[in-house]
Amino acid sequence: MSSETKIEYSKKELPSSFGKAGYTLFAVGLVLVIISYLVDPVRSSFNNLIMLMFLSSIGVGSLFLVAIEYLGGAVWSVPFRRIPEFLGAIIFILPIIAIPVYFNMHDMFHWTHTEDVLSDEILSGKVGYLNIPFFTIRVVVIFLVWMLFYFMLTKRSRLQDQTGDQKLTSSNIKISAIFMPFFAITITIASVDWIMSLEPHWFSTIFGIYYFSGTVLAAIAVVTFLVVYLTEKGLFIKGIKTDHYYSLGALMFAFVNFWAYIAFSQFLLIYYANIPEETYWYLNRWEGGWIVVSLLLIFVHFVVPYFGLVSQPSKTNPKRLKFMAIWLLVAHIVDLYWLIMPTYSPESIPFSWMELGFPLLTFGIMVIVFGIKAKKENLVPIGDPKLKRGLDFRL
Amino acid sequence: MSEKVLFAITAIFNTPDEIIKAAEKTAEKGYKKFDVNTPYPIHGMPNAMKLGRSKLGFAALVFGLSGTLAALLMTFWMSAIDYPIIIGGKPYFAFPKYVPIMFEVTVLAAAIGTVVTMLFFFFKFPNNSHPLHDTDYMKKVSTEKYGINIQADDELFNAEEIKKFLNELGAAEVGEIYWDEEEVSTSPKILEPKFLGFLAVTAIIISGTTYFGLNKLMYMVPFNWMMEQDKALPQETTNVFADGFSMRMPVEGTISRGAIPYPYYGKPELAEKLMINPLDYSEENLALGKKKYDVFCSPCHGYFGEGDSRLRGQYPNPPSIHSEKVKLWSDGRIYHVITEGQNVMPSYSTQMTREEKWATILYIRALQRALNAKESDL
Repeated sequence: MSSETKIEYSKKELPSSFGKAGYTLFAVGLVLVIISYLVDPVRSSFNNLIMLMFLSSIGVGSLFLVAIEYLGGAVWSVPFRRIPEFLGAIIFILPIIAIPVYFNMHDMFHWTHTEDVLSDEILSGKVGYLNIPFFTIRVVVIFLVWMLFYFMLTKRSRLQDQTGDQKLTSSNIKISAIFMPFFAITITIASVDWIMSLEPHWFSTIFGIYYFSGTVLAAIAVVTFLVVYLTEKGLFIKGIKTDHYYSLGALMFAFVNFWAYIAFSQFLLIYYANIPEETYWYLNRWEGGWIVVSLLLIFVHFVVPYFGLVSQPSKTNPKRLKFMAIWLLVAHIVDLYWLIMPTYSPESIPFSWMELGFPLLTFGIMVIVFGIKAKKENLVPIGDPKLKRGLDFRL
Repeated sequence: MSEKVLFAITAIFNTPDEIIKAAEKTAEKGYKKFDVNTPYPIHGMPNAMKLGRSKLGFAALVFGLSGTLAALLMTFWMSAIDYPIIIGGKPYFAFPKYVPIMFEVTVLAAAIGTVVTMLFFFFKFPNNSHPLHDTDYMKKVSTEKYGINIQADDELFNAEEIKKFLNELGAAEVGEIYWDEEEVSTSPKILEPKFLGFLAVTAIIISGTTYFGLNKLMYMVPFNWMMEQDKALPQETTNVFADGFSMRMPVEGTISRGAIPYPYYGKPELAEKLMINPLDYSEENLALGKKKYDVFCSPCHGYFGEGDSRLRGQYPNPPSIHSEKVKLWSDGRIYHVITEGQNVMPSYSTQMTREEKWATILYIRALQRALNAKESDL
């Protein structure tokens, strides 16, 4: 192959429309969120939980993408590794978002009602895990672990921009290897604590993987959108080719299938075993109005993206990729909505302006965090020894 | 043998970059029938050769979808039509449990279908000859060189021009390939009797040794999970119950479903007086009676009730059922004998249901009548 690829990157400011869009989303979202908290705090805190889980998905999912790149020794994704690194900074916002949820816990989590728990045989068996002090400790530890690894991984990457030292890459590989088990455990605990324990009688041992599949899919979708957007605006490094696009599209497609596989596995096992304490969770989402959301989820999260990304040209078409990335982010919100909201309202689907404010705020936060990070740092890891090979990447 | 004619002009290049450039230029010139031969797949070659999208994907789609449909119909037919059993409280047509089967069959059908289509449709299997086979050109491009060949039946073919063009591209070597059309396109060698015979012998040897080796030399029970279940079987001792029996008596005071207690044990006179046969003489009842009689009664009483036992000599012969005594018995009295037993005859209550006993009595009456037929019966 030709080895004449030059690293042509000069730092450019993001267009002002990018920042403006972020602040508009943020302002509108924040106003709606504050009003909805004044109107109905319980419903708002359920929505707040969706926002928290979505932003955790993006933040930790991005960190996972960075770590898996180091661990796998991947080259193709090096030119845009900074994008998940920037998005990982969302982790620092998470505690702020978690505060309203934490103070409304008593209205959301049934297991916080001590008198009910003690009169219930199943719940009193789980009391060693589901109690408020231990829950608080877990939340705090999980946030700290994520922040710690974000700090360790990005610090060396940033330092490499100046020094170009190869040793920084090898120490990042070691950190990534340590991060992986922590990631697996923390994300399982996070999904079990914040989503599964909403219905404390119910349990599914595959639940952590279910949330993980959505998490990584959402993170890849954001990265794909930003890579295509920045390349189209000419803000990114020269040399991003259809091969890169194809790989991102293929990865999205793979995780669409992975999500469907896990979601169906969870459903099939519960359907086939037919044990009352497991099936009621699905029955809640099958009866009343929720059947609409359940069926919609299959189409939004699997059928449409599957056919939208299955063919080879669609994975290299930038417009299609951008559309599918946004689509999958919405799909992840629908997924979390389907997981969380039936606990708040088992009979009917709660949907009004209150449910709109939180996603707006969510996207606003993502855009602003990315904008701030992009202003301060290089969009490309220019000191990374693998960068040139990453640009030379061919399928 | 016909004349050998020109098949293609070939050129050999030393580096992959050169061959990509050569393929691009050749395609730009408008040649359609040309091919590139390299020792390994070179990235970007389909684009350089301006090949369109492969149509093989459609074969995969068609085979995959037919696999899905076949699996759905198969599972549906088996579990909802041919042998409907309720499993785990599911309806007969339970779509979710079919999905894994549908998925697997889809993958299998698509994979095999695609490979077979590729072999038979695109590679023209079983024809295994090609003009380029056994040429120096092919030997070189299979090891370390990169070759391109432009076929003589291309519309723009002009031997001199192409040679000049290829030399301009920097070819290390330009050559010609001749072929005998008849030899290449005649009946494929794979169908020769010699080859087929070889194939059959190989198949027999491999399957024979496999069968002999696995089943005779080192016999293993394939899957014994269902044969060796952790449960108490009848006639076995068990340590679950204190008395060591695995078979249990019914709970006291209960009877089995549909059972009606027999009230006349030890009271043949009451049975004689109080019971009448509820069944009519019908073809169906007589057929049932004959079947039961042949199974349970005939071993001792004989097929025609004359007491000519097939166990003659090993067991005391029963009296004939054509005796005056039996003929004068009411149906209820015979029912009593079947139910309670008499002398050495045991009770048949566990083997026969009420209806079967009554039907058997009808058959016995028919046998008695057969030996003493009246004129009106004719």
